Amino acid sequence: MRLAVIPALLAALFAGASHAAGLDVKVTVPRINAAEYHRPYVAIWVETPNQDIATTLSVWYGKDKGEGKGTKWLKDIRQWWRKGGRDLEMPLDGVSGATKPVGEHTLSYTEGKAPLNKLAPGEYRLVVEAAREKGDRELVRIPFTWPVTKATSLNASGEHELGTISLDIKP
Amino acid sequence: MKRMMTVLAMTAGMMTTAAYGHGYWILPSSTVLSAPQFVTFDAAVSNDPFHFNHRPLAIDELQIIAPDGSRVAPVNVGKGELRTTFDANFEQKGTYRLAIYREGVRASWKEGGQSKRFMGKAADFAKQVPESAAELKVSEIANRLETFVTVGSPSKLKTSGRGLEVVASTHPNDLVAGEPLTLQFLVDGTPTAGVEVEVVKGQTRYRDQKSGQKFKSDKDGNITVTLPEAGMYWLDADYSDNKVSIKQAKERSLAYVLTLEVLP
Repeated sequence: MRLAVIPALLAALFAGASHAAGLDVKVTVPRINAAEYHRPYVAIWVETPNQDIATTLSVWYGKDKGEGKGTKWLKDIRQWWRKGGRDLEMPLDGVSGATKPVGEHTLSYTEGKAPLNKLAPGEYRLVVEAAREKGDRELVRIPFTWPVTKATSLNASGEHELGTISLDIKP
Repeated sequence: MKRMMTVLAMTAGMMTTAAYGHGYWILPSSTVLSAPQFVTFDAAVSNDPFHFNHRPLAIDELQIIAPDGSRVAPVNVGKGELRTTFDANFEQKGTYRLAIYREGVRASWKEGGQSKRFMGKAADFAKQVPESAAELKVSEIANRLETFVTVGSPSKLKTSGRGLEVVASTHPNDLVAGEPLTLQFLVDGTPTAGVEVEVVKGQTRYRDQKSGQKFKSDKDGNITVTLPEAGMYWLDADYSDNKVSIKQAKERSLAYVLTLEVLP
């Protein structure tokens, strides 16, 4: 009995140490029936109550299409582009990446580390915006409070270009 | 306004009076770009914003001014029966201004029972219009046509201090449907009251009501416009004063035309 308890305590201790505050985001790229399907361009960011970008977390775009080509359509992630995407130089280390296939994608952001960095306590919204070539554009917001005292799970769902979005906030 | 349009139509190289009262515009294929690229433009004289259904617009005096102040030459210029088209390559980050600005003199008089007209530069006026002309009517014009294209982030726009110009509270390439936009009208660089402005959403042919919004600038030269829907908008502003450079002229007519894209 005692022997069993000690490893459990140790495990809990280590888990606590490595379990820094942060955001885990799951983004579902829905399957869409289209004669010509292109993976969506997606931007994920944290927004302040007055709709400014607190920080851009991830951008998926077609950077495999040759130099300068992929950035041509970044403006189609329209709201992100206008609110601050246009001030960033792509590719951006730890933020930008290639477009993702249909399915669920898990992203983890840790407080104190780029791109989440230090987030001042307050009200925020997680924003996920998707724009697809020959498709539509959709934006999903999840309001949240930062920081949290206990793990909190929130979710929302898009109807067209985005599936379920879940946000796990770690204390 | 009507007379001014006629003048512009004439300056646009059209010798027909059938053009009486027509509007004119330049329509960009894109105004917001995330990477350097070409944009193509239509330029036309027509009553219906962005529907090229009348005459092409002459672009001989078009200036495409890069964010650093340098000039870009239009390429693939083609003048059709209904529109002029051209392309321009936007390679720098920031805002490009496309402008056609004309200052000139127009005159009408009688000569041996016949009506004569002059439309051109002030320098040619004295040469072509006899000083003793009968029933001589002279006025000056200052017409400006503009649109903007931005690569990346919008850059600050400078005014020239000549003719009728506008300073926008929101950058013209940063407009979102539903947000109020304050426009300040300047005459020769000075905020001016009483400028008459009309704002019309494009593609009027698909609506029963043209639904143009009309404004008059206040004492600070301002109007506040709400553009409720995304789309291309045509703005036309007119003003007249008596700041003339030629002694025979009594009045100066100023016009400013702007194409704006509002995104959803």
